[in-house]
Amino acid sequence: MSHDTPSLPTSALRPPAADAELLPKLVAYLRQMRTDLREEWARRITGEQLLRVMTEEEIFSEVTAVYDNYVDALETGSVETLQAYARDLSERIIRRGVETHEVLGIVVLLRDVLARSLFLRYQEDPELLERVLNSYEPAANRIAVTVGVSFVEERERVIREQQAAIRELSTPVLQVRDQLVILPIIGAIDSRRARQLTEHLLNAIQANRARVVVIDITGVASIDMTVANHLVQTVTAARLMGASAIITGLSSEIAQTLVDLGVDLTMMQTVGDLQGGLEEAERLLGYKVMRDDAPSVTATA
Amino acid sequence: MSVPILKHGDYLIASIQTALSDQEVLGLRDDLAERVGRTRARGIVVDVTALDVIDSFAARALGAIAATAKLRGAKTVLVGIQPDVAMAMVQFQLDLAPLKTALDLEEGLAVLQGSGGEAGGDGR
Amino acid sequence: MDDEERIEIGTDADIVEARATGRALAVRLGFSRTDATLIATAISEITRNMLVHAGRGTVELRGVYERDRHGIVVVASDDGPGIRDVELAMQDGWGAPGSLGLGLPGSRRLMDELEVETTVGAGTTVTMTKWRSRDTPERLRDQRGQQEHEKERAWR
Repeated sequence: MSHDTPSLPTSALRPPAADAELLPKLVAYLRQMRTDLREEWARRITGEQLLRVMTEEEIFSEVTAVYDNYVDALETGSVETLQAYARDLSERIIRRGVETHEVLGIVVLLRDVLARSLFLRYQEDPELLERVLNSYEPAANRIAVTVGVSFVEERERVIREQQAAIRELSTPVLQVRDQLVILPIIGAIDSRRARQLTEHLLNAIQANRARVVVIDITGVASIDMTVANHLVQTVTAARLMGASAIITGLSSEIAQTLVDLGVDLTMMQTVGDLQGGLEEAERLLGYKVMRDDAPSVTATA
Repeated sequence: MSVPILKHGDYLIASIQTALSDQEVLGLRDDLAERVGRTRARGIVVDVTALDVIDSFAARALGAIAATAKLRGAKTVLVGIQPDVAMAMVQFQLDLAPLKTALDLEEGLAVLQGSGGEAGGDGR
Repeated sequence: MDDEERIEIGTDADIVEARATGRALAVRLGFSRTDATLIATAISEITRNMLVHAGRGTVELRGVYERDRHGIVVVASDDGPGIRDVELAMQDGWGAPGSLGLGLPGSRRLMDELEVETTVGAGTTVTMTKWRSRDTPERLRDQRGQQEHEKERAWR
């Protein structure tokens, strides 16, 4: 039996005062048993067919890190480091397809492995065993919940990011012909996506030297005030870069919404359908045909 | 004179090379006013490609340049506003109207010559 | 890496310095080029206000690092005459005759947060903040670095 007694801050994981002396002893014991218990835990994980996407080496490596963090959390009463580790671990394994039940499963297994070990250690003395378990259980349960919740939160965050990435990829700006680009918008737009689309469009105006942009919203079911304002802003920004904007595909619902919202429709040119919009664009660009070649610039005194 | 002003036929081209302090902006405004008067230029192209920020002060000065030029019978076209600067201006709600704008120097000259399809002015 | 800057404002050339410094800090904090321009524009407006109405002042720029987001905080303070009617100052109409033209509403549109503390006759402090969220790969890189550090300390 070892007797480490480091001095520690109190925390929510702390059991009643009399049993507070026990926790350091438990922690010391669990550290002493580190090798055996990690191996047992890893064995049980594989036995229950959890973390199948990972190799045995990977499992053992994670098991080691979690074990050490777990025991640290028991000792210090602080779950912060464990939380941070849990999030880090979650980010890595979520993308590999590890599921929620596996993560909760392995945490619960660890709790069991440690509990059984404590039981074996203190079973000769039922009174002491009871105190030991009183000390251990609340802390262990809180840790299990912390890890589980961290994993679920990370999973939700990853899903949101993936959805945003898909939305970004799904709207290209097309150059149709010289000096004309089309931005077809499909699906729901929120403020953030609207800003992205505008940036995209303005960069395309510069890259393609577009003088006319056709923004087609045939694929948009409805818009609210925020998005309507973004649309007006986009048209204005395009104008600042020397490009005229034509909005096409306005449904009568959206047109009505714009009117109701008080959007100044004289600020933008609208045409019913994409085809009509392209014809109008060509008409606007038609002026170019009669132009002279661009003259060169000479400096004077 | 910190901003070089070149004469190109009937037109003046003011090419801003770096970020300008407020005083330099006002200096440009006065220089252009004087040059337009003296040379009887028919139009000015102000190239702001190098401006990384266009705020309310710069916008007012650019407006003043155009207004003064107009008094002397010259049109003004602003060219070279960068995408991120355009974004900032619309989000700030800085309106440059009735200033005409074009993508770059080549387009700007085309607008002045009356053969480019222009943007700006009344917004169409 | 310096993520705190302080610029004394006394001439219009200082406005250029303030916004260039702001842009550089924004870029270091990982803001996009567009956002860096928004921030620089807001700094330009607020700094000019200070110069015009108070004659001089200071601009402090600071990076804020949270787990899920990074932010830039701009604090412009002066000992000038103060703003008599803040609500009026926050209304649009910078170019219109009779308006205060302080560029405050515009700056608020460019940034995420903007607060004005002012006392007539004593001075004004404008604090504005812009945030950007941190994506997973970025947070992962940080966690890695921190974890190595934690592991070294964990075992006594």
